[in-house]
Amino acid sequence: MSDMTQAPESEATDAEPTTRMNMIQAINSAMDIMMERDPDVIVMGEDVGYFGGVFRATAGLQAKHGKTRVFDTPITECGIIGVAVGMGAYGLRPVPEIQFADYIYPALDQLVSEAARLRYRSAGEFTSPITVRSPFGGGIFGGQTHSQSPEGLFTHMSGIKTVIPSTPYDAKGLLIAAIEDNDPTLFFEPKRIYNGPFDGYWDRPSQNWSKHPAGEVPTGYYKIELGKAKIVRAGEALTILAYGTMVHVCAAVVAEARIDAEIVDLRTLVPLDIETIEASVKKTGRCMIVHEATRTSGFGAELSAIVQERCFYHLEAPIERVTGFDTPYPHSLEWAYFPGPVRIGEALKKIMKDA
Amino acid sequence: MTMASEHPRANLQPLTLHIPEPKFRPGDAVDFAEVDVPPAGEARRPDTADKASDFIDLAYTLVRVLDDDGNAVGPWDPKLSPDVMRRMLRSMALLRAFDERMFRAQRQGKTSFYMKALGEEAVAVAAAYALDYEDMCFPSYRQQGLLIARGWSLVDMMNQIYSNTADRLGGKQLPIMYSVKEAGFFSISGNLTTQYPQAVGWAMASAAKGDTRIAATWCGEGSTAEGDFHSACTFAAVYRAPVIFNVVNNQWAISSFSGFAGAEATTFAARAVGYGIAGLRVDGNDALAVYAATEWAAERARTNQGPTLIEHFTYRAEGHSTSDDPGQYRSEGEPNAWPLGDPIKRLKDHLIAIGEWDEERHAAQDKELAEQVKAAQKEAEKNGILGHGLHQPLESLFDGVFEELPWHLKEQRQQMLDEETASGRPWDRKA
Ligand SMILES: Cc1ncc(C[n+]2csc(CCOP(=O)(O)OP(=O)(O)O)c2C)c(N)n1
Ligand SMILES: [Mg+2]
Repeated sequence: MSDMTQAPESEATDAEPTTRMNMIQAINSAMDIMMERDPDVIVMGEDVGYFGGVFRATAGLQAKHGKTRVFDTPITECGIIGVAVGMGAYGLRPVPEIQFADYIYPALDQLVSEAARLRYRSAGEFTSPITVRSPFGGGIFGGQTHSQSPEGLFTHMSGIKTVIPSTPYDAKGLLIAAIEDNDPTLFFEPKRIYNGPFDGYWDRPSQNWSKHPAGEVPTGYYKIELGKAKIVRAGEALTILAYGTMVHVCAAVVAEARIDAEIVDLRTLVPLDIETIEASVKKTGRCMIVHEATRTSGFGAELSAIVQERCFYHLEAPIERVTGFDTPYPHSLEWAYFPGPVRIGEALKKIMKDA
Repeated sequence: MTMASEHPRANLQPLTLHIPEPKFRPGDAVDFAEVDVPPAGEARRPDTADKASDFIDLAYTLVRVLDDDGNAVGPWDPKLSPDVMRRMLRSMALLRAFDERMFRAQRQGKTSFYMKALGEEAVAVAAAYALDYEDMCFPSYRQQGLLIARGWSLVDMMNQIYSNTADRLGGKQLPIMYSVKEAGFFSISGNLTTQYPQAVGWAMASAAKGDTRIAATWCGEGSTAEGDFHSACTFAAVYRAPVIFNVVNNQWAISSFSGFAGAEATTFAARAVGYGIAGLRVDGNDALAVYAATEWAAERARTNQGPTLIEHFTYRAEGHSTSDDPGQYRSEGEPNAWPLGDPIKRLKDHLIAIGEWDEERHAAQDKELAEQVKAAQKEAEKNGILGHGLHQPLESLFDGVFEELPWHLKEQRQQMLDEETASGRPWDRKA
């Protein structure tokens, strides 16, 4: 992980005081600050009120900002998003939580047919400035319904932005930007790394954010522009495109394999930072794409197509896609499903074969 | 946005937003005096052929049979033989012993997850006794009592909890998400209330085929907010499906009290009224009332009178699951103050009152059941525990995605096996 030691980027003013936060605290801080700055920001979802959320992401917010701005909802994801759309139409800026990304499917219609299209179909009369937070991804023995990565469903739908942070620092800055954004944004939180980065080895001691440079987070307001990727490790040998938990797994594998990879943390899938991707792949001539979600029609397919379209004459090897398998997320066999160090390592060997 | 005070309509009375709030939070002294508990035996029992609109009042009261002195009273008394009641009591006690042991197994690191049904044992157990064995159950995650009452193997249930070599679900599902077709127990989903319309579909199919079996389904009161609940009610009403809807109102949905599912305004049984289906509100800690209501609803279903919605008024005496700490959001005093008591104790007291049971036998039975569960656990652990690693053949990861594996899954399966080889160590890390 020594490659991820760059200082937090310039979006935060240097004079800002900082403190240690894990990703949950950083997310909590982002909502807290936005609720302070903007009386129209409200937080709602199952168990987010008094209790502060099953992952504690909204802890303390109700006590501080009041029950009409931070409240529990009935258990209906479709209702939660539909109500958020209506509140947005009134002029509020709702930040609904879907308790697990696996439970977002009942809300698909309100997200896809409504939130995503309101601006378009009303010629801008109505918009959906909502930010849907949802923990996603596996690696916690959560079985089929607490582990999925459904981001590819939403990147496929026009009109929704999709953001996935990989560090506490990014989580806070991106969430603030998402809340300020006037379009609907899905903010998927990689729950495997809520408490610390993850090297992909389930049987090694877990780390926490206190030793990671990106666990040092400004206490005040700052934002990270949506649509901007981050090069977390500069290198020449190949480009690795990843996001969320997989950024850390890739960094660990690359460090172990002593390969001079350039790791690009996409941070926002839609809109995509095509310039950073293109420049990197054209420089390295090789591109590997890593995500935890299932393979077929996953976001990796889009990345692969776009890199091929734009960088074909610079490619020295076929693009490699490393993903979860096309199965539901299993319970006991989850580490056989997970695209861990071995799968990534094998793909690295393949793509670097003729280098 | 414009602030309300500068609004052009500022001379009108401002609106306020109502946010429900439970009566007690951590640290509060608990007094459930406001919970309306009508006397046992008071509710009338309509004929099963009556129209749903003729007994709407039953959606707003509580059908109760067991009174405070352990007597079975009123028109809903199912008049069960002492033998059946003793078996029901035994099933409930076995369920409690099973829960206790498996909860502890999770705490000992033997598996990843567990959920108890503490305090609401009567809901699933008494229903299982009232239904025919052939009737199909579409449960939520808190009706393990159905399997136990239907005499299903404890070892088999534990194998699933441990994701071990003998797990009938091959380690693919989260612990307690059983599936036992043989015992008429549908595969449990982690996604709330999806089983509701499925139960209606099964019941419609049974009716369309001229079958005699009916379906029953369960969800928590919190889960009634999901759209699937309402879709199910509409379909069931339209097609008069032979189905029983059970809403287990145990007052809490993780940290959210029933007010967030609408309980401040009306009862859950009253949901039935709007859909024009039969609704009953039942003392869920009274095994005889649950039995009687289920039997009555089953009779309606079997005679083509259509669906019944039964609200079981009960209390979740334990945390939501092993991942939960209820002390964070509700008063620790609630479980003991619950005015409807403990369902096991209430049936026990009744059997004692009629001279068909005594404390000594009960204590001896508890001991025997604890031994039975312990022995089952020992047996199940011979097949492995999750804490000790993988027990399924790696390639089984791909079994069941489709009936037959398409080329891309065959390729991925080979890739996984190659990864195991490349890793230089076997992945079936049995201890
Ligand atoms: C679609 C969906 N949304 C959210 C969840 C998360 N969740 C699991 S159980 C639960 C509470 C359910 O409460 P209730 O229906 O009252 O049942 P109880 O747990 O009390 O038996 C929630 C919100 C889920 N499993 N599925
Ligand atoms: Mg409940």
